[in-house]
Amino acid sequence: MQIKENAQVYDAIIVGSGAGGGMATRMLSDAGMKVALVEAGPYFDPKDPVTQTQLKWPWESPRRGAGSTRAFGDFDMSWGDWEVDGEPYTQKEDTDFRWWRARMLGGRTNHWGRISLRFGPTDFKHKDIDGLGENWPIGYEDVKPYYDRLDKMVGVYGTNEGRYNDPDGFFLPPPKPRLHELYYIKAARKIGVDVIPSRMSMLTKRLNNDRGVCFYCRQCGRSCSAYADFSSSSVFCIPAVNGGGVDLYVNSMVKNVLTDDEGRATGVSYINKEDRKEYQLKGRVVVLGASACSSARILLNSKSKQHPNGLGNSSDNVGRYLHDSTGAGRGGFVPALMDQKTGYNQDGTGGMHIYSPWWLDNKKLDFPRGYHIEVGGGMGMPSYGFGFNVTEYNEFLGLPTGGYGDKLREDVKKFYGAFIHMAGRGEAIALRDNRCELDPDVVDQWGIPVLRFNYKWSDYERLQAKHMHQTFEEIIHAMGGTPTGHLPTKEEDYGLLKPGQIIHEVGTTRMGNDPKTSVTNKYSQLHDADNVFIVDAGPFTSQADKNCTWTIMALSMRTSEYIVNQLKQQNI
Amino acid sequence: MKRRDSFKTLLVGTVAGVTAASSIGCKTDTGAPKEAAAADESADNLYGRLPKEITRDKRIKGAVFLNEHELTTIAILCDIILPATPTAGSATDAQVPEFIEFIVKDMPYHQLPMRGGLMWLDIESNRRFNKEFASATDAQQIEIVEDIAYPDTDGSKADMAPGIKFFNLMRNFTLTGYYTSKMGIDDLGYVGNFPNVWDGVPEEVLKEHDVAYDPEWLAKCVDQSQREVIAEWDDRGNLLT
Repeated sequence: MQIKENAQVYDAIIVGSGAGGGMATRMLSDAGMKVALVEAGPYFDPKDPVTQTQLKWPWESPRRGAGSTRAFGDFDMSWGDWEVDGEPYTQKEDTDFRWWRARMLGGRTNHWGRISLRFGPTDFKHKDIDGLGENWPIGYEDVKPYYDRLDKMVGVYGTNEGRYNDPDGFFLPPPKPRLHELYYIKAARKIGVDVIPSRMSMLTKRLNNDRGVCFYCRQCGRSCSAYADFSSSSVFCIPAVNGGGVDLYVNSMVKNVLTDDEGRATGVSYINKEDRKEYQLKGRVVVLGASACSSARILLNSKSKQHPNGLGNSSDNVGRYLHDSTGAGRGGFVPALMDQKTGYNQDGTGGMHIYSPWWLDNKKLDFPRGYHIEVGGGMGMPSYGFGFNVTEYNEFLGLPTGGYGDKLREDVKKFYGAFIHMAGRGEAIALRDNRCELDPDVVDQWGIPVLRFNYKWSDYERLQAKHMHQTFEEIIHAMGGTPTGHLPTKEEDYGLLKPGQIIHEVGTTRMGNDPKTSVTNKYSQLHDADNVFIVDAGPFTSQADKNCTWTIMALSMRTSEYIVNQLKQQNI
Repeated sequence: MKRRDSFKTLLVGTVAGVTAASSIGCKTDTGAPKEAAAADESADNLYGRLPKEITRDKRIKGAVFLNEHELTTIAILCDIILPATPTAGSATDAQVPEFIEFIVKDMPYHQLPMRGGLMWLDIESNRRFNKEFASATDAQQIEIVEDIAYPDTDGSKADMAPGIKFFNLMRNFTLTGYYTSKMGIDDLGYVGNFPNVWDGVPEEVLKEHDVAYDPEWLAKCVDQSQREVIAEWDDRGNLLT
């Protein structure tokens, strides 16, 4: 036998250690199950000084933090981005889908924005309102108890605002707004755009004795050495592994799920990236949390006599209904923020302290779904690109551009912090033809067939992006400012970013009650194999005008409890 | 003299870079002199690199692109762009030429514009003064810089276009290199990147900007005196501690 089999039979094999896989690891090991956690990248601990980037200065990098080796810059804590060495993906026709993959313990949660928004009642049943897409087989009331527990377990700051579709929760107190955020609040209120404290998973207050409290360095994207932000590595995986109930397999790239003659899962096959050999693990339950597209890829690569189209794919739905959040962004120059008083620390938490949840009724608009606005700005720490074309800002003041010497120095200081940036993040409509599938001709360096993407935006998303830009301009004008750049045209898709650029891809193994039109049931359990579960964003029937992570974790908690109960009742 | 000094430092730095870069003996690093044993591992780990990134940095640091003459010219331009002030050092004091030397190797698409622009500058200086830019007098250097440091708004200096484009690149690199150095960050007045307890915008700044914290909003914000007290809520999500 060339394939190396491990004799141990695990209660559960969990594939992927990000938000979903990490939560499942925590829940199943807490329930006393013997768990194998399989991660395609290396071990990572945010407090390891060898790999730590938090609190580094730009000059410690010879390229001053530029993105030559990491898409979001040298200090970003994601190992792997839209490109991973030796692991390509392909595109059909003129598709340009960007697929971010983090190869490390904790996955993308080590660098994510920590924007932690519950989905609301409308988000689970949006088809009832506009007839588009599909309703989830569950509603907010099914997930609410898990969101409530998640808030207390992981920690999120925010406020209870009594908004119907942005539900209240159990929040830590938010930080006070920064200066540019006070300007935004004033402007947004003036033109009728709602604005409330943001909801982010950083500990502004002690949650328990295992994790530190935020020390306001604004660098959550570098992953917190005090464990004061949510990273699946520090909050779930490392404690679970140290607890002894979890065997961690790192640098292990899962190829497929193994099934028996009855079509039930018996384990997984993976490639060890260190010795380039194929190994097998056995388990009673397989939990996929490899990310929406990676889990779809594993299922499609799990072909057998019982599952000729790939595991869970009797409906031909695996990989379909792929959708990312929509995104568009715009900056503005705000003269009132010129010549700011410096010399005080303005870092705060990572990201924004305030945001605008969706505030309008789509029935009165020419696009069906909403978006929220994220706000950036302030006197941040310089990195590569700082000062580029700074003299051109003089155009806003009717002054000549160009120059050198002491005047140039003055320009830099004059314009430092005088810009605001807004990013809209909205809901796309899930379409059957937007999909990832196996490329019949291409394998990656581990010999595993790769994904090929086929994705097109529709006018539902384009018109939403158009509205975003119009709103951004209104807000900037209300701040007494001038938008930078130009209003994107129809030919430019109104500034809509490419699919995958927002890194919120969902829907590839969507849940539903009908096995003919969905991949999993309402517990994220495969219709076609009852001991296989999916805990990443694959089972999302639809996105919302929210980021997906908080819902991934709430659903993973719910699925994990269901697994424990089903095993107890000997149903699986 | 100052320019000359920093040029020497620069060369030493470059040579040292070659030595250090060749010394770790990564498998992919062929042709590295074996005798260069003293590895600066600690320096390599200063910013949390992965092994493949360390290898890449070493390869780049070990490579030579810009020659001595080009680096001399860059140092002169950098200090024209950001000379010293009574309170802050110059661009070469902040080792901006070293940054530029690295960055054009890290981002090879900058190599042609940088090299070609430097050559354009020498040709222009030769044409005017029969001297390369680095050998021209301070006044002669400034005469050329005055012609390329501003956009051609009225079309009167079309033949300066390549120089204007090159000077934009030099200005961008000089600003970024300077303001991402310790010296530049101090000059800028950025105060942060250390553990602290953020508790809002200082009162005098709020007043200066005629903005205020809305009392209703403020009441929901963190009470930093209670940050170390473990959070507890009632059943409705009201924070009790």
